[in-house]
Amino acid sequence: MKTQPKTKSLRQTLPYKLTVLLLLAGLCLAATLACTAIGSVKYSLFQVVQALFREDAEARLIIWNVRLPRVLCGGLVGVCLALSGCILQGVMRNHLASPSTIGVTSGASFVGYLTLVAFPQFYSLLPVGTIVGSFVTTMLIYLLAYEKGVSPVKMILSGMAVSAMFSAFNDIIRSFFSERLANATGHLVGSLNGTVWGDLQLIFPYMLVGVCICFFLPGKMNILMLGDEMASSLGLRVERFRLFLIAVASLLAGASVAVAGLISFVGLIVPHIARLIIGSDYKYLFPASIFLGYSFIVICDTVGRVVLPVGELSVSIVLSFIGAPFFLYLLRTKETA
Amino acid sequence: MYFGFDNVSIAYGKRKILEHVTMEFEKGKITTIIGPNGCGKSSLLKTIPRVVTPYTGGPVYQDRPLKSYSPRELAQRIAYLPQVHTSPRDITIRTLVSYGRYPYKRFGRSMTGEDREMIDRALALTGLDNMGDRLLNNLSGGEKQRAWLAMTICQQPEILLLDEPITYLDIGYQVEVLELIRELGEKLNITIVMVLHDMNFTARYSHRVYALASGGVYAAGTPEEVISRANMEGLFSIDAQILRDEKNNCPFLIPEKLGTHSQKA
Repeated sequence: MKTQPKTKSLRQTLPYKLTVLLLLAGLCLAATLACTAIGSVKYSLFQVVQALFREDAEARLIIWNVRLPRVLCGGLVGVCLALSGCILQGVMRNHLASPSTIGVTSGASFVGYLTLVAFPQFYSLLPVGTIVGSFVTTMLIYLLAYEKGVSPVKMILSGMAVSAMFSAFNDIIRSFFSERLANATGHLVGSLNGTVWGDLQLIFPYMLVGVCICFFLPGKMNILMLGDEMASSLGLRVERFRLFLIAVASLLAGASVAVAGLISFVGLIVPHIARLIIGSDYKYLFPASIFLGYSFIVICDTVGRVVLPVGELSVSIVLSFIGAPFFLYLLRTKETA
Repeated sequence: MYFGFDNVSIAYGKRKILEHVTMEFEKGKITTIIGPNGCGKSSLLKTIPRVVTPYTGGPVYQDRPLKSYSPRELAQRIAYLPQVHTSPRDITIRTLVSYGRYPYKRFGRSMTGEDREMIDRALALTGLDNMGDRLLNNLSGGEKQRAWLAMTICQQPEILLLDEPITYLDIGYQVEVLELIRELGEKLNITIVMVLHDMNFTARYSHRVYALASGGVYAAGTPEEVISRANMEGLFSIDAQILRDEKNNCPFLIPEKLGTHSQKA
């Protein structure tokens, strides 16, 4: 055991937290610009900025039509998943919870596929389907794992089972309706390849609603962390609030699945790193997770784009390389409760 | 009735825990609920923060059923400290205590001067002044319990419910915490209802005692009336020798296994 400082350290002071948030916001901006510049064709920062503001710039086509939507969309997916993970870890009061570890994203993609098969002409219905899917799955996991609080083991196990079940369903749907899903195969498989501005429009409203709601949650989230009994005696309507949180987390996770498919581990890792650097007060944890989630996906996706001499690795593969060992490390440490 | 339980029955599934329990707590006094393990003491207390829902009756405050009040109204009047506490690991005492102001928080507004005043007062009353920046996790058991008490005091409650407040503490901290509870009750005129397992502490610190057993109220009255040889045998199947603690002017009990006394005698 490391010896902890007796009193609060510099890290718990307000100036430190604000500085960290400012730096993280800077990281987002830097990642956006840098990752737009990097790729099979490399541009200078100047060329990137020029292409953003001048329609006749020579790099306009690649930067504006190809790279920027992909970077921004990836970033927003990161925001959604990180916030969703942050909320789920609070709801389940368990650090192993995240949209992917408990099967929420596979539930979302299942209903997403169903939506595409049933209403192939209404592409904008896809996020609605994925959001409904994640809500139902989260409720299912929550009810399955509940016994005087959410048991971590039950949560992970039921998450695994539900997740396996939904991917089996997904395979069935994919093989039966391959022609109807032909133009949607880029979606729902965990890649940002081929992202266009339309995808950004698809995710943006849902993300915006989710993020705005999160600004009103910290006070209550902090109270919830004191346990159901304490929170309830402090005047919080615990069950109602928890249901609301599950809905918000599902909205965010569902929106991300609609444009990027199954992207694992962001919702798990980012809240942890955020907690490590800024503490567990949700007032700072939420914004830190937003900035980190954004930068994390943008950087990982860019790594996947450039790491191979030919072709590219999808962002979910890159994330799994980093995320899986991290998850195992979390399982080993006893801080799961 | 100022505050109490009216005809409360609790069941977990089909298993009935308590049936038709009625209790009344005197304003500004300390009432202790005792009884064997699993008799429903904690469950009864948990009906107040609505963690447990009774199937008949319910808690009553100012002659009105508790459920007719909003959670926020209740939180400004009744504070409850559960037996087991959970908190984030990096929380400071002051942050914890500030959560006691939650029932007074207005939507979208940050802490007011009054809030800060109440936090300082709660810290001072529990002897934690100048310790606000310490991390809760690094405190001794007694200090931790004082910090949680400070949080409940910060709620400015009229009534304070404590579920086994000394269970995980050594005897030194047990005395310290009970003295503090008594002192807070007297200073702030708080009605205190607590669950205890220790009969000698119950006798020493309570004005009134309720004993629960086999689904109902087994005995009620002053510590002298309830902590008697017959009641101890009925409640805990022990043969209790009841002596007198002259210094604290309360009964004092030495427990023996049932049967050992009569054999010797």
